[in-house]
Amino acid sequence: MAGLAKSFGSGAMTNSIDEIAGNDLIFVIGSNPTENHPVIGAKMKRTVKNGTKLIVADPRRIELAEYADIVIQQKPGTDIALLNSMMNVIIEEGLEDTEFIEEHTENYEELKKIVSFYPPEKAEEITGVPADTIREAARLYASQDKSAIYYAMGITQHKSGTENVTSITSLAMLTGNVGRKSTGVNPLRGQSNVQGACDLGALANVYPGYQSVTDPDMKDKFEKAWGVEGLSDEVGLTVVEMFRAIDENKIKALYIMGENPALSDPDQGHIEAALEKVEFLVVQDIFMTETAEYADVVLPAACFAEKNGTFTNTDRRIQKVNKAVEAPGEAKADWEIICELSNKMGYEMDYNSTEEIMEEIAELTPIYGGVHYDRLDKEKIQWPCRDREDKGTQYLHKGGFIRGKGKFYPSHHIPSIEKADEEYEFIMMTGRMLYHYHTGTMTRNSQPIDEHVPDAYVEINAEDAEKMGIKNGDRVKIGSRRGEIETNAEIVETVQPGQIFMPFHFAESPANRLTMDELDPEAKIPELKVTAVKLQKT
Amino acid sequence: MKEIIIDGNSYKFDPGQTVLEVARGNDIDIPTLCYSEHLSITGACRMCLVENKENGSLETACTLPARDGLEVETDNDKIYDARKTVLDLILSDHPMTCMTCEANGDCQLQDLAYQFDIEESSYGSKKEDRFELEERNSFIVYDPDKCILCGKCVRADSELQCSDAIEFSERGFKTKVAAAFDEGLGGEDSSCVFCGLCVENCPTAALSYKPARKKGREYELRKQRTTCGYCGVGCQVELNIKGNEVIKVDSVYDDTAPNPDGEMCVKGRFAYGFIDSPDRLKYPLIKKDGEFVESSWDEALDYIADNLSRIRDEHGGREIGALSSARCTNEENYIMQKFMRAVMKTNSVEHCARL
Ligand code: FES
Repeated sequence: MAGLAKSFGSGAMTNSIDEIAGNDLIFVIGSNPTENHPVIGAKMKRTVKNGTKLIVADPRRIELAEYADIVIQQKPGTDIALLNSMMNVIIEEGLEDTEFIEEHTENYEELKKIVSFYPPEKAEEITGVPADTIREAARLYASQDKSAIYYAMGITQHKSGTENVTSITSLAMLTGNVGRKSTGVNPLRGQSNVQGACDLGALANVYPGYQSVTDPDMKDKFEKAWGVEGLSDEVGLTVVEMFRAIDENKIKALYIMGENPALSDPDQGHIEAALEKVEFLVVQDIFMTETAEYADVVLPAACFAEKNGTFTNTDRRIQKVNKAVEAPGEAKADWEIICELSNKMGYEMDYNSTEEIMEEIAELTPIYGGVHYDRLDKEKIQWPCRDREDKGTQYLHKGGFIRGKGKFYPSHHIPSIEKADEEYEFIMMTGRMLYHYHTGTMTRNSQPIDEHVPDAYVEINAEDAEKMGIKNGDRVKIGSRRGEIETNAEIVETVQPGQIFMPFHFAESPANRLTMDELDPEAKIPELKVTAVKLQKT
Repeated sequence: MKEIIIDGNSYKFDPGQTVLEVARGNDIDIPTLCYSEHLSITGACRMCLVENKENGSLETACTLPARDGLEVETDNDKIYDARKTVLDLILSDHPMTCMTCEANGDCQLQDLAYQFDIEESSYGSKKEDRFELEERNSFIVYDPDKCILCGKCVRADSELQCSDAIEFSERGFKTKVAAAFDEGLGGEDSSCVFCGLCVENCPTAALSYKPARKKGREYELRKQRTTCGYCGVGCQVELNIKGNEVIKVDSVYDDTAPNPDGEMCVKGRFAYGFIDSPDRLKYPLIKKDGEFVESSWDEALDYIADNLSRIRDEHGGREIGALSSARCTNEENYIMQKFMRAVMKTNSVEHCARL
């Protein structure tokens, strides 16, 4: 979410789920809400039934496309060219919001300069989208009063992820679609508490509440609050960097709580080697995951139904998680385990309840300053919520950006790292599907779900399949420069010729054996959406 | 000020409100079967009959708009008899199998039969099933013999989930709710995504959750509201627990939730079996000679503390990293980063937001 924070000053969804009903136009790009955020997907369908306009841009013809006024199927990895071209049309035709640009933004001249290189005909060459479709989309987006953009991993999981996002923020600023109800730039978060994990400082560069670790005042504040000295003022390593550091002998111990990088992370062969190599590995989880197999110590954790606490959802809403059942055997809540370990290591962490932890969070984290358990039962609280009197914030940047002025960060088209060639003829995209979740730890252990969708598959375009003599259900081999896997073919019309799509939830056909760990240099997100592969009937 | 008179008392109302809404807002009981505040109104079941005092006619309260000066009665012999007749007719085509029914104790039809004291329909009761049970999928069972054709499932499907997966099919006595081409839910041409909203809205056991069948009935269950553990929408859900096992997940209806109309998806609704899986980790495990061996918490934590302290003291905290989790709570993420920063003295604490 680096791009969003850079442009606006905050990396979170600007507006709220409740505001979808008020959208005049919904622009979905690089996100498949009906599969990955089904309740949001259904709300969008409901709104569109009531007359809201819909533009869907995705290399695959996703379900929402059936309801769309304009469907765009850009080639994978060409979002910047598409968005630049839409902005080109908007400026050419005088549809921009001059007042908003003047009052609330900076670097507009630079944007104008760069997007001038992207007339629709030129963008058509890059994106494969007809020039007139780009024009229509630009006009439709710019002509509505309240246009809102929704995106997800289809935008961020690229080498150019940060630039993809700043192109989106530019489009919104150009038309004044930020800081008002039912508009905005809205990343949809994939996991129950990704937003919260970011908010609470599970990020190498910030303390809770996005307070920088390199800021001496912050270091001072946290040293005092925590009663310690010598907090590091050096930005730490991100996930993929940690695994590289293991390779280079720069990380000796790894503590993994509730994650399964052996399946979720790119270039699995490399991850496995690192897990094997690291001197000391602790894994704390609810199942013996693929990752836990490598551990020196495995600790049994309670799942969400067995503990108390809070999650922060995609629209910054803090909600209670309540214990419903006892954890199995001697499993404990993750926080209890870490506290006990800390006590053993001589640093006392004595909390009687998660509520006490939240009180400490509220004290140290300005955006959570008004978050107290007694409020959460009755009120809808979305951060920033600074104190008890603060009712929280339904949409951000009202009357001006958190950053002061919103900044345009235009970019030229950045080609993806791998392209289809003679040997690797197909472009593979990875993603999620409705019935399973992430690495399958939970869904694949839930009987009716696994019974309904028991096996991995790869979506192949019908024309390609016919040429290659592949039929529905055939076993196929998929190989990239990094590895090879086998799975079942599913023949579809929804992916374009030359492209395939594969969900990554399945250990028996792990898509991430094929992907690469090349990172977006700023957001440090790997390019998972564009992998060159070859396909073969077995 | 505009006022309406119900049972002799005056009540204020908002424009657009129906008599039923005004009555409910003032704790006046009117029975309903096909009405839901989350769905459009069809007036199909006629259970909510009230008497319009202007002309003595019986009208359905759920469709009758409140207007200034309107006077209605909600409780007299005429109304009672009319409602009882409606109910009597519905029950004449409903199996009297409450003893073994999933919905026993959680059935609006049963509640009304109790209230109106109908043991058996005066038209005779249904002895034989007229339809086949439909359960060709892993999630939802449809028993058309228990269906009272209130249409709430069809409306929930089309108005809330917007799937248009089910419709009324056939006519007259043969009417039932069916999926595309009568293939059943989840068939080749079905647009059903198993959100469960149809089951949630069913007043009887015509629709029920397959994995919850025979697992326990309403009065045996404990309920706990919580936040769904799957995607980032953060739906509020109600776990239903028997003993120490979650046996089904119901909707929560709350305006402060991201899913105020009880919306959910197949994962939130059905993917809870992992909680009680026999494969869950139950004890700390330490790898000794390549094999995991069960240990006590004390032993495992001492072992970890020794190793982390050693590595920190020999190489410095920057050689230790941690992955916190997007599936753990805010409090847990806070504790993890505090531990890494305050005890390990490193900022290498991350999670997979980037993936
Ligand atoms: S509740 Fe009014 S007709 Fe069914």
